[in-house]
Amino acid sequence: MIDFFFYLFAFLTLGGALLVVVSRNAVNAAMFLIVSFLGMAASFVLLEAYFLAVLQVLVYAGAVVVLFLFIIMLLDTQGGERKAFKMLPGVAAGFAFVLLIMGVLSIFGSDALTDADSASVVATGSSLKAFGYQLFTTYLLPLQMTGFLLLVAMIGVIVLSKGSGKGGKEDES
Amino acid sequence: MDITALLIVLAKALAVVAVLMGFCSYAVLAERKVASWIQGRIGPNRTSLPVISAIPLIGPFLTRLGIFQPVADGLKFLFKEDPVPGHVHKTYYFLGPILALVPALVTVTVVPFGRYIDAEGVVSPLMLANIDVGILFLFAVSSLGVYGIILGGWSANSKYPFLGGIRASAQLISYELTMGLSILPIFLWVNAPGTEGTMSLFRVVEMQSGAWFVLWQPLSAFIFLIALFAETNRLPFDMPESETDLVGGYHTEYGGFKFGLYFVAEYGHMIIGSGVVTLLFLGGWNPLPWVTLADVAGWFGADFHIGITGAVLSVLIFLGKLCALVFLFIWVRWTVPRFRYDQVMRIGWKVMLPLSIANLIFYAVLIAYLDTR
Repeated sequence: MIDFFFYLFAFLTLGGALLVVVSRNAVNAAMFLIVSFLGMAASFVLLEAYFLAVLQVLVYAGAVVVLFLFIIMLLDTQGGERKAFKMLPGVAAGFAFVLLIMGVLSIFGSDALTDADSASVVATGSSLKAFGYQLFTTYLLPLQMTGFLLLVAMIGVIVLSKGSGKGGKEDES
Repeated sequence: MDITALLIVLAKALAVVAVLMGFCSYAVLAERKVASWIQGRIGPNRTSLPVISAIPLIGPFLTRLGIFQPVADGLKFLFKEDPVPGHVHKTYYFLGPILALVPALVTVTVVPFGRYIDAEGVVSPLMLANIDVGILFLFAVSSLGVYGIILGGWSANSKYPFLGGIRASAQLISYELTMGLSILPIFLWVNAPGTEGTMSLFRVVEMQSGAWFVLWQPLSAFIFLIALFAETNRLPFDMPESETDLVGGYHTEYGGFKFGLYFVAEYGHMIIGSGVVTLLFLGGWNPLPWVTLADVAGWFGADFHIGITGAVLSVLIFLGKLCALVFLFIWVRWTVPRFRYDQVMRIGWKVMLPLSIANLIFYAVLIAYLDTR
């Protein structure tokens, strides 16, 4: 039964992600992104990481995609010119894809997966308290780095939207 | 899980949804009646059923109250001709109302509406799913409801619904943060040091057998209520609909049953929201602050707070508070004028958000002091 649900949700996640990439219509792509996120959240539920599942829906499906849709609708991307294929982004994408495949293969090839008995792994995402405790002790450095990255992105957004210094306030509506 | 258990769960879920739908249809009637009373009118008072209305005294009285009006409204929504305009995006046009209604019905699963004490004194909540992350689940699912509005507005392929959809997305983002931050002090207090962390609404109600949270966290309650008005798109925050400048907002191109689904979804969100306010701030099924149902039973020297009677009483107290809050929603709608769109954004980001952060910091310090004293 669990296997069936895993395949179902994995199919939703991957199929949704694929359709995001190939959709011509940007609104369709955003909708498939939601499907993909919901599939991922359901996979978290199967792993008994309920808190992560709920956050996945709340933050990504509930807020981030709403912003995507907001931008898509404001920009009105219907019928835009398709850009010609360029060499450099293609090579970069191919390189990234090869790296990704190699990463997945190395995980499967190593003993890390076979060694740990799945029952003995502590599911720190299952209990709120354990999750919070782990986040602020063992994983404090990644947490703070993520926070710092978000701060950098936020400052970047403010700098970009204010323009190059002069007359930046006029398009504030 | 065998078939019988599955059927029992299904029956329970259907019963709860049926009750919620009933509440939705009568909330519409309450809206029309209260609106007419506030405006010095009478409101719906003609609809009658063949047999019941013929009963002397009671029949005409019920008819004048408009008790049968929701039946007529529902039938109208069902059987009215429902043309699909030629210029719409068909898929999203049909998907919109469904996406609006489903989250409203799903959120009810984690709302405890009463409690049952068995003979041994073990307290268990009356709810469909007692999950640990209750309130987060509720926020997560209800935040998906906005897609119905955005897609409905966008698929109509015309200017006014489109503006309604755009406004809905901006408004939801603006007030969701405030809403989440405003309830954090409560969960800081509920999850005192040494307890197993939980975000279950049942636990929150159990903590309010003494002071209700509205009494010692009034600012949290106020911020949450305002954010709730914005999230449920009720006046003074009904930007997506605002019929004076957007014709009918996101549902301009909808009619008949599809419009009915949007309508029910809006009232569903409002009723669930009222229920959540009741649970978080107004003591849930505790009849009065510092007075539990057990205390009331003690005054009479009886034990009606346990067993079936206790469960029924707790549900009735909860529903009474919920109805009072629904009345507040309606009262505000017909009293306070609508904000302008830029005012909604300014209030959201420059007033409510800083206020909720200040509120969180204040109560975090206070609770840290109280817990470690």
